[in-house]
Amino acid sequence: MDPARIDAAPAPAVPDPPTGRTVGSRVLGGTSQGFVLVWGAMVLFPLLWAVLSSFKSDADIFKSPWSLPSVWHWDNFSRAWSESHIGTYFFNSVIVVCGGVLLTLLLSSAVAYVLARFEFPGSRVLYYVFVGGMVFPGFMALVPLFFVVQNLGLLNTYLGLILVYATHGMSFSVFFLTAFFRTQSKELAEAALVDGCSQWGVLFRIMLPLARPGLVSIGIFQFLGMWNEYLLPLVLNTDESRYLVTQGLANIAVTQGYHSDFSGLFAGLTISILPVLAVYLAFHRQISTGMTAGALK
Amino acid sequence: MHHGKYRFVLSLLLIPLGLYAVFVVSPYVQAFPIAFTDWEGLSADYHYIGFGNFVTLFHDSVFWVALRHNLFLLVSLPVIIVTLSLFFSAMLNYRGGVPGAKFYKVVYFFPSVLSIAVVGVLWQFIFEPRNGLLNGFLRAIGLDGLAQLWLGDGKTALGSIMAVVVWGGVGFYVVLFTAAMAAIPRELYEAALLDGAGAFQSFWRLTLPLIWNTVQVALAFQVIGALDLFALVKILSVGPGGPDDATQVISLYMYTNAFTYGKFGYASAIGVTLFAINMILTLLTFRLTRRERVEY
Repeated sequence: MDPARIDAAPAPAVPDPPTGRTVGSRVLGGTSQGFVLVWGAMVLFPLLWAVLSSFKSDADIFKSPWSLPSVWHWDNFSRAWSESHIGTYFFNSVIVVCGGVLLTLLLSSAVAYVLARFEFPGSRVLYYVFVGGMVFPGFMALVPLFFVVQNLGLLNTYLGLILVYATHGMSFSVFFLTAFFRTQSKELAEAALVDGCSQWGVLFRIMLPLARPGLVSIGIFQFLGMWNEYLLPLVLNTDESRYLVTQGLANIAVTQGYHSDFSGLFAGLTISILPVLAVYLAFHRQISTGMTAGALK
Repeated sequence: MHHGKYRFVLSLLLIPLGLYAVFVVSPYVQAFPIAFTDWEGLSADYHYIGFGNFVTLFHDSVFWVALRHNLFLLVSLPVIIVTLSLFFSAMLNYRGGVPGAKFYKVVYFFPSVLSIAVVGVLWQFIFEPRNGLLNGFLRAIGLDGLAQLWLGDGKTALGSIMAVVVWGGVGFYVVLFTAAMAAIPRELYEAALLDGAGAFQSFWRLTLPLIWNTVQVALAFQVIGALDLFALVKILSVGPGGPDDATQVISLYMYTNAFTYGKFGYASAIGVTLFAINMILTLLTFRLTRRERVEY
């Protein structure tokens, strides 16, 4: 897939094979609707159940798991937000993830631009050094990473997490953005240089603005990845007041999962689902193309 | 002119390369020497013990259990997920798409954007034996006998976690495969129909070969994913890793060794071993699934 066109038109309608005449195709036509419906229900039901339960009292959750709440308990949410500190965790997540996304975009677009536009000794090696990082799960080098961060005095700090997130996001972003910059016309840059524009001018006034669709796609991709990260903060961020949403939620569930406050937990769960759901529904086309584009390339 | 170019390149690369070297490259490089030490705890005191950690690892029954689970997941999860995704993609695309195909894709994909920790916590409620959604559902339709402890029982624990991975993973690949299928020119289907090919035949002989590249990438993604699975096992399983190591996986075992027991040398040896296994498997996946690329 051509990354320059990622945001372009929605996928064209799939070939609609002309009216099927065989018995097989008629049976398929009937059952296909059934199968896709069942899977859709299996995806939706647990989520709906969680959201509905977050409005119920504990007794209601156990007595009638399938009905609408008899009384809508909005207080579950305020309890989760303040007493379970979901609010604080949310704030921490926003800072770390926004910082990580912006920094990784900045670093990766600099590298990708150089790799796409300039040939110099070692440029291919450099490309593989960056892209090679995609093949390995991050946790393999977890132990040394912990000590690198510790030696820099960055354990339990926003800055430490932001730097680690940003650098670990670089492999995929460099890969994606290099391909993107390669599709942009060289002539435009050369014309600008002839007209007396500096290399920096070309980068900031022409190439980066043109690359905006690619930057948006990769930004969304990285945002979701970092928002969902669990292992890195678990190791590098052990101070409870600095917990991110994922950590905080898992921690509440593990330590008081079978404790009495079920409704509060569901409310916490809903709080962490809803913003993602809202962003997803607003941008679902860009998100699904952005996330799958890397694999189709 | 040329001097200007090199200075520009250098000044753009300096900071990104420096940070990448410190936070990504150096940890991978350091993992190797640490793997050959007996480093424990936070003291700076350690000795090089040659292949000592690897020998211990070779005789460590928990490691073998974890590795067996990972290999089992590595084979079964991609097969289940890719088969289901191909099936649903073909169904959604059937005759130009079932009514509401777009809506289904939006719904299917949603678990992919949820945090794995959120998915874990959600399913913990679903599997909860007394009040959970799953047992409640089984009792409601009269199948009380099928109600289980799920995560609490060694026989069903790993399968339950696998079900969660499948639940969360299928949507991503459905979107991936339907996008690849949409790129196939419709004339090919018309030609196939004229030649008398049925729906099954045109899927096997036409669709699948043409999107094979994408399927291959999907398989490679899942090989990498199946070696991880840390977050779900850590959150969902009893212990975690239990009951009785029934859900133990290498990433969790490594994490526990490093950050619970403080055995940094040993944990690094696990990391290095995993590094080697991952390399072999990734190469193997590409080799095994290699086919002539079909141009169209």
